[in-house]
Amino acid sequence: MAIDTQTVKKIAFLSRLKIEDDKIDATEEEFNKILQWVDQLKEVNTDDVEPLVSVNENNITMRQDEVTDGNLAKEVLANAPMTEYGYFAVPKVVE
Amino acid sequence: MSGMIIEGKTGRWEVICGLEIHCQIISKSKMFSGASTHYGSDTNENVSFVDAGMPGMLPTLNEECVRQAIKTGLGLNAVINKYSEFARKNYFYADLPQGYQITQFKYPLVGEGKVVVNLSDGTTKEIGIERIHIEQDAGKSIHDISPNKSFIDLNRAGVGLMEIVTKPDFRSPEEAGAFLRKLRSIVRYLGTCDGNMDEGSMRCDINVSVRKVGETELRTRNEMKNVNSVKFVMQAIESEAKRHVETYENGGTIEQETRQFDPNTCATKVMRKKEFAHDYRYFPEPDLLPLVIDDEYIEQIRSEMVELPDAKQERFVKELGLTAYDASVLCENKETAEWFEKAANGHDAKKVANWMMGDFFAMLNEKKISLEESPISPENLGRLVDLITSNVINGKTAKDVFALMAETGDTPDKIVEEKGLKQVTDTAAIEAVIDAVISANPDNVAAYKAGKTALMGWFVGQVMKESRGKANPGIVNQILAQKLNS
Amino acid sequence: MMTDLTKLTIAQAREGLRAKEFSAQELTHAYIANMEKKRHLNAYVCETPEKALEQAALSQNKIEKGEGGDLEGIPLGIKDLFCTKGIATTACSNILKGFVPPYESTVTAKLLAAGANFLGKLNLDEFAMGGSNETSAFGPVVNPWSKNIPLVAGGSSGGSAAAVAAQMCAAATGTDTGGSIRQPSAYCGVTGIKPTYGRCSRYGIIAFASSLDQAGPIAKDVRDCAIMLKNMAGYDTKDATSAKVDVPDFEKFLGQDVRGLRIGLPKEFRVDGLDKNVAAYWDKAAEILKARGADVVEISLPHSKYALATYYIIAPAEASSNLARYDGLRFGNRVDGEHLDDMYINSRSKGFGKEVKRRIMIGTYVLSAGYYDAYYLKAQKVRRLIRDDFVRAFEKCDLILTPTAPTAAFPIGDKSMNANPILMWLNDIFTVSISLAGLPAMSLPIGLSEDGLPLGIQLIGKAFDEATIFKAASALEKDIDFGGKK
Repeated sequence: MAIDTQTVKKIAFLSRLKIEDDKIDATEEEFNKILQWVDQLKEVNTDDVEPLVSVNENNITMRQDEVTDGNLAKEVLANAPMTEYGYFAVPKVVE
Repeated sequence: MSGMIIEGKTGRWEVICGLEIHCQIISKSKMFSGASTHYGSDTNENVSFVDAGMPGMLPTLNEECVRQAIKTGLGLNAVINKYSEFARKNYFYADLPQGYQITQFKYPLVGEGKVVVNLSDGTTKEIGIERIHIEQDAGKSIHDISPNKSFIDLNRAGVGLMEIVTKPDFRSPEEAGAFLRKLRSIVRYLGTCDGNMDEGSMRCDINVSVRKVGETELRTRNEMKNVNSVKFVMQAIESEAKRHVETYENGGTIEQETRQFDPNTCATKVMRKKEFAHDYRYFPEPDLLPLVIDDEYIEQIRSEMVELPDAKQERFVKELGLTAYDASVLCENKETAEWFEKAANGHDAKKVANWMMGDFFAMLNEKKISLEESPISPENLGRLVDLITSNVINGKTAKDVFALMAETGDTPDKIVEEKGLKQVTDTAAIEAVIDAVISANPDNVAAYKAGKTALMGWFVGQVMKESRGKANPGIVNQILAQKLNS
Repeated sequence: MMTDLTKLTIAQAREGLRAKEFSAQELTHAYIANMEKKRHLNAYVCETPEKALEQAALSQNKIEKGEGGDLEGIPLGIKDLFCTKGIATTACSNILKGFVPPYESTVTAKLLAAGANFLGKLNLDEFAMGGSNETSAFGPVVNPWSKNIPLVAGGSSGGSAAAVAAQMCAAATGTDTGGSIRQPSAYCGVTGIKPTYGRCSRYGIIAFASSLDQAGPIAKDVRDCAIMLKNMAGYDTKDATSAKVDVPDFEKFLGQDVRGLRIGLPKEFRVDGLDKNVAAYWDKAAEILKARGADVVEISLPHSKYALATYYIIAPAEASSNLARYDGLRFGNRVDGEHLDDMYINSRSKGFGKEVKRRIMIGTYVLSAGYYDAYYLKAQKVRRLIRDDFVRAFEKCDLILTPTAPTAAFPIGDKSMNANPILMWLNDIFTVSISLAGLPAMSLPIGLSEDGLPLGIQLIGKAFDEATIFKAASALEKDIDFGGKK
């Protein structure tokens, strides 16, 4: 499956990454090379094969409903680039 | 026929509507972390490093959230899936710390179910449940503190949600409203969600389309997000359906889009369109193993279920002799139903129901107080009904006693005793009063005997007046009839 | 005397400490001196000598009282992917430079509890994505075996392998997603084991690909790996994917008889054009085990040739989601923008390096609408076939023996590999299938190439059967004249 410039731009936006205009062609070419390479999987017959989600075949273990965490506002905010009044702050989100 | 039909220029249109309801799960701690779910704490106080999406942090599943969702599923007569899987829904947003929401996609915890709703015309309708999946809530963005910044509070981030998805079974705003009220009643009975739409603990997304009566295919639908009251949901469906009809009849087309309902204008408008459409890239959550449960687990939860409104209603009708309508009103709210049961216990249930739905609710309304704040205890209301049925007081006196009970909180016995309101059931005493009334009004006696039997009421009134309301009206009637007809 | 201390294995140092031949502080000082002397290798990205000495002093007190844990007084290096409380943790990415975790990873917490002290944080490929340590935001690690031109130390745990090889720590932690412990161990002539998926908790380890990431030790010899792993492994309630399996005392298995042990050689790994040194040492390893009474059998892993392509779908897919949290909002570096999306794009574009961006984009693509089934779902199915191959193979053998990497370490800045990422990825050809199957595997030095560079041999075990790996590895180690470097 070959991808086009529009797809590269869309994928970049979904990834929240910027690709400079002069790099788009190279990115597209590299992308296609990689996709061609992984296309080898098409050779493999996977009819009736269940996808493997986890190699750990155990059932999930659940936690009891107890409050054991939190009250860490200072630590939670300590690494934030910008905070105000105890909130994380970001450029205005326009709805 | 409970469906809404819009009479258009080109024909008759029907409304097709489905709902997706996000219910905040009642639990002490969050779905994937040990932080508290308490509402109204200080900013970012109930946030663990997991909730903040810090590097290397991993989710751990709160069993209570699973149990609550299963309970809800059972309450909605739904299939509980023994195998379910968590998935990540990927998108960037300021209040979504991990850059993805942990939810369920391909394999939800709860499958198909159904709910029967009662409509105002006395009919019922079955609404299909498509699925219920569990997921984490996002944080909150606050836009109105600063002119050029948005602020993020993650206290809500990670609180457990059940997303209940219905089939597109609604054909009118009324059906949707009745369903939401029923759902709210069920989750409140179960204690799985507090159902407060205005506080956001229950939020509703609406899908609406229209089609001409007789068409079998579905037309394009629009989604309206986060409508926060039953009334608004009903208004949004109506206004959106009308907009669709108008658009079609004016030769336009409906684009699939997300819209917002504005309660001020009672109309919907398009939410800002994104440069690229969302592509959520769902995939199985690799940090959590599949959730596998067995029959024993499900049965154990079933055995802990409380009686639900439908069952309670049926019991009230069958065992207590209530009318279906009275039973449904008393059962909508779990607290009301329990209050009623306490009041009716050992007394005439039908009379207790009448008193509750009449004077009692009116009193609460007038005083603008809740059931819990009522000055009249359920026991005292039951006792009041007893005093009536055992002829200690008559119905008229009872109203006065009730008013005093509402004022003082005293028991009816105390009030009757202190005010000397016990009705006179001594036939000799009543007979004496009657004799006095008869001899004082020979003209009316003659008129009565001449055939003006309607005067009976007048005689009763006179006797009651003379006895200052305490004579037992039944005995008065009986003796009066004997004397006048002899 | 002091410089000699860095040559001691953990087992030897432990004895020396107990016998009061030297103090924990002296041991730590010796490593600190070596770290300073060998800074040109760029193995450490953050040195914490004061903290290490403080810890060493506490350890010395315990040792003098005859107390202390398994690693009391032992100075370790920590891959900078493990969150260490109060010590900068960067994943060697610009986006996390300056990040100081307010929490400790489970693995490092266990090591601290066992008495170890941490000399500092070790270099790695950015977010562990790379096979040569060249994608690190701090620049590449230089392989201590480099002669005229600087060679790569391998990746992603390049700093860990180089630091152990150059005696800059007694042992180090590593993580392995597709070969990140084993391949650098092979390149640097040291011993490293990736345990079974679920053996070590991932809590507090910055995630690359959640279904593959596993922590493990890199050490000077097999015994030290056993000591380290025992103190790193164990079920953790904070990681839902960690396994509830007892952790044996791996040291007990060292030197045990290997007679009758069935060693499988996968025929598909004898690829065309396999380096003749690599092939020869592979045969030699098989011979050694045979001479000690093991049975060597040929096995088949028919789908292993698809492992790389499978890996380069699954790992980037998970990574694209795991790395969404680096958005410049709650931690890490922010580059402002007018709108929220601009801030995201600017922060991420500046903060991530080329290889990380490449993998995020691939991962986003293979999960996106319309491609999920063809790529991601397909890869998960092939992953099952790869895993099933191993299950079948282990019916015929108890251990699998293969080379660790197709070549010895290569020069830093290789042009063809930099131009074609796939060539770089091919270095993982012998390690990724094991990661996809979640199995334990160890690389230990088997000999030197014609160029005098170390080559590694890989022992692969059944799930949670690291014990058998240790048994065979200790047998191999005894008979290998590796000529290990100082």
